Amino acid sequence: MAEHQEHAEDHSGDHSQAFYLKIWAILLVLLILSILGPILAPHLEFGFLKAWMITLMTAFGIAVVKAYLVAANFMHLNIEKRYITYLLTTMLMLMLLFFAGVSPDVMKHKGQNWENVAAEAEIERALKAEAAAAAHGEHPGNEH
Amino acid sequence: MSTMTRPIATTRSATGIPTGKLAVWWVIGSEIVIFGGLLASYVMFRLGHPEWAEYASHTNTWFGGANTFVLLTSSLFAVLAHHAAVHGDGKTAAKWLLGTCGGGLVFLCIKAVEWTGEIQHGYTITANGFWSFYYTAAGIHALHVIAGCIIMLIIAKQAWNGKELQRVELIGIYWHFVDIVWIFLFPLLYIAK
Repeated sequence: MAEHQEHAEDHSGDHSQAFYLKIWAILLVLLILSILGPILAPHLEFGFLKAWMITLMTAFGIAVVKAYLVAANFMHLNIEKRYITYLLTTMLMLMLLFFAGVSPDVMKHKGQNWENVAAEAEIERALKAEAAAAAHGEHPGNEH
Repeated sequence: MSTMTRPIATTRSATGIPTGKLAVWWVIGSEIVIFGGLLASYVMFRLGHPEWAEYASHTNTWFGGANTFVLLTSSLFAVLAHHAAVHGDGKTAAKWLLGTCGGGLVFLCIKAVEWTGEIQHGYTITANGFWSFYYTAAGIHALHVIAGCIIMLIIAKQAWNGKELQRVELIGIYWHFVDIVWIFLFPLLYIAK
């Protein structure tokens, strides 16, 4: 018990309750920004900065920052042994490897000597249904 | 419980990290591959299917935002439980863990209301590829919330009795990971429309 208690103290850092409250408050501000970003994006466009870029930054950029704040300060990854960071980074790399290997087959529907006829047909059918539904003021999202 | 009565695997540590904590980190490592694979697949399909933008427009950002708030707050409770456990205050740690568990319960209630409305509108798991991913990803995440709550109740009971206080940190690490998964699910399913 005493040994484990020592380990807990080793990795707790010197953070006070006020420090954790501060991190939580920052997380909430980031949450509000991530919701408001895409709503305000069309009004914030200027020059090369397009609405979709603002949406990407506020939605996914902020998600990365929020995840970092939680991992570093709540999970105490910033004071954890490096072994854990290497372990988690390896897993993230495996995920990226999976994405790099599979995404061309999923995201593209045509290539050299192959064609995903079913995917193309589904996209065509769905977009036609959406256009028809929009003309009638309906929602096509639940079609089978 | 004295160290002498513990199994050897519990007391030895080649990495300098307590065995229990190392095990939790390995669980999280494998969870990254599970959720990462699922979310990476979702991103591939979302980018490859322009019609999904319309399907995604029917998710309710306010439900997703409220649940993000609930999970972030429950994560705060979990780290405060850890803080109390480090100072040897098992009873306070147990109270914070119950608060964390309460957050998990509120999260599940919001999810239940949200899903009921969506299913009633015909957006079921078989409606199309987008809704299949939506229910699968959020459903697996919700199962992790349920599992976390059950384990947390067991650990809270032990902490209340001043036993195994190191476990408060372990369930906290798991809970923060569940929070991080939701931090990425939120923009993927609710914001990118």
